[in-house]
Amino acid sequence: MANVEPLIRVRDTWMSFPGKSNGKYVHVLENVNFDIRAGEFVCIVGPSGCGKSTMLNILGGFLKETRGEVRVEGAPVTGPDPGRIFVFQENGVFPWLTVEQNVGFGLLARPEGEREQRVKHYIQMVGLTGFEKSYPRELSGGMRQRVEIARALAAEARVLYMDEPFGALDFLTRLKMRNDLIRIWQAEHKTVIFVTHDIEEAVQMADRVLVMSRRPATVQAEVVVDLPRPRDLDAPGYLEARDKIFSIMGMDAHGGGAGEPK
Amino acid sequence: MSGSSGNGKGAAVRVRVERGKLFLPIGTIILFLLAWDVAVRISGSDLFPTPIQVAKGIKELAEKGLLLKYIVASLFRVSWGFGGAVLVGVPLGLVLGWFRPAFFAMNPLIQILRPISPIAWIPVAILWFGVKDTAPIFLIFLASVFPITVSAMAAVQNMQSVYIRAAQNFGLTGFSLFRRVIFPAALPQIITGIRIALGVAWLVVVAAEMIAVNSGLGYLIIDARNAGKRYDLVVAGMALIGAIGLVLDLLVRRLEKFDEVRWGYGQR
Ligand SMILES: Nc1ncnc2c1ncn2[C@@H]1O[C@H](COP(=O)(O)OP(=O)(O)O)[C@@H](O)[C@H]1O
Ligand SMILES: [Mg+2]
Repeated sequence: MANVEPLIRVRDTWMSFPGKSNGKYVHVLENVNFDIRAGEFVCIVGPSGCGKSTMLNILGGFLKETRGEVRVEGAPVTGPDPGRIFVFQENGVFPWLTVEQNVGFGLLARPEGEREQRVKHYIQMVGLTGFEKSYPRELSGGMRQRVEIARALAAEARVLYMDEPFGALDFLTRLKMRNDLIRIWQAEHKTVIFVTHDIEEAVQMADRVLVMSRRPATVQAEVVVDLPRPRDLDAPGYLEARDKIFSIMGMDAHGGGAGEPK
Repeated sequence: MSGSSGNGKGAAVRVRVERGKLFLPIGTIILFLLAWDVAVRISGSDLFPTPIQVAKGIKELAEKGLLLKYIVASLFRVSWGFGGAVLVGVPLGLVLGWFRPAFFAMNPLIQILRPISPIAWIPVAILWFGVKDTAPIFLIFLASVFPITVSAMAAVQNMQSVYIRAAQNFGLTGFSLFRRVIFPAALPQIITGIRIALGVAWLVVVAAEMIAVNSGLGYLIIDARNAGKRYDLVVAGMALIGAIGLVLDLLVRRLEKFDEVRWGYGQR
């Protein structure tokens, strides 16, 4: 067990962006370390602007770390991979395609019958049945985000990188999507790395929550949430984990809160 | 889903707006023609025609068989020059927008050639091609290829990077990346460039025909002036140019209504 490499291994990873003036750098990540095992559901939380999206983009192969070791599925990340699908914070649904064309985008190599069936299945799962032929401009922001989630799920990726995917959704849809995602994750044995600034959301879903510090960010704490699902939001274990993260981030759960920030 | 106004009030407002769209411009044009007519009568000019005389001039051209012949001649040149510009400009612009070295290599040259008025090329075109159809076709090509190339180039460069990242995530590279994502993402702006280019092409064909050939609407104008000061035919040519220009623009605008590109034009 000890010798098996985790699915994702991040060691001593640093990231700087060239700053506005020459020779200056914006240091975003500083000595980030964590492991993620196959099949885990891990949430990353942290103050906004700390580098969560940056870290996820490095994992996804869209950014190259300045220094450090980032290995996914046994190899250094050299670029994006169809087996590891990213759900973007800024909606990445293609506006020139209909809902069903978007959801089927990653399935063009499949036989038509199978593709249609998968598309139908995932459109239904995200509650967009009846909108198959609609274009994204005809949908609300929340519906567009659900299209993107369906597209990622339909592609049958082994790993999902989700960057605040439910941020644009209304409260009820968000609750439903959390449950659906957990159900899919349990049924399909995916590994999910889920970035959010919503601590409650993280504790409701994750096996483990990585808490990032302010910029330059590092993983300042790791909170294991060992509770059965679906989670009882009044259970002592839930409240304990939530309050622990709040206090790590320097807030208290009642009042100083960033519980449901808009 | 899209703005279906079920209640009676919304429908009534819409009918009123639709009627306004039809009657307001017609009213304006009638007023314009009246003012023109009155102005000619007051000035007592015997050279400059009234609207009625222009209408008669158009009828005369039609009866002589020149109307159709000249319109077809002009449209023929525009079709070839403009069609060639689309075929060259769109792929060229996409490539320049995507490959940075190609952009750095080509952009200065394009930006130097672009501000040279196609009219300035007329002597060169006559030198190279003689007084034949090829000269105006070349000039139209030249006039429309730059707006098309530049709009396709800018469309790719300004594309939201999230589309590219999503496409790459699904394993698209090379030609399929171009076909399935870069081209459709750039298409709304390309169509805008095409619309501008067609307007310019229509301006240029008239100018070119005044000098480089002896048929077409531009030739009609210069010939009517030189061969007997027939200003009724001069203005008839101008009116035809305007009307055909309007029709061409309406045709290109229809492209903007397709579902695949409507997202690119904001809310209207
Ligand atoms: N391409 C970039 N160039 C320069 N600075 C960047 C770039 N991307 C992100 N940053 C900076 O890095 C910091 C972290 O950004 P981000 O990872 O998006 O934060 P988060 O997702 O945690 O809100 C921000 O201060 C942002 O301005
Ligand atoms: Mg972010």
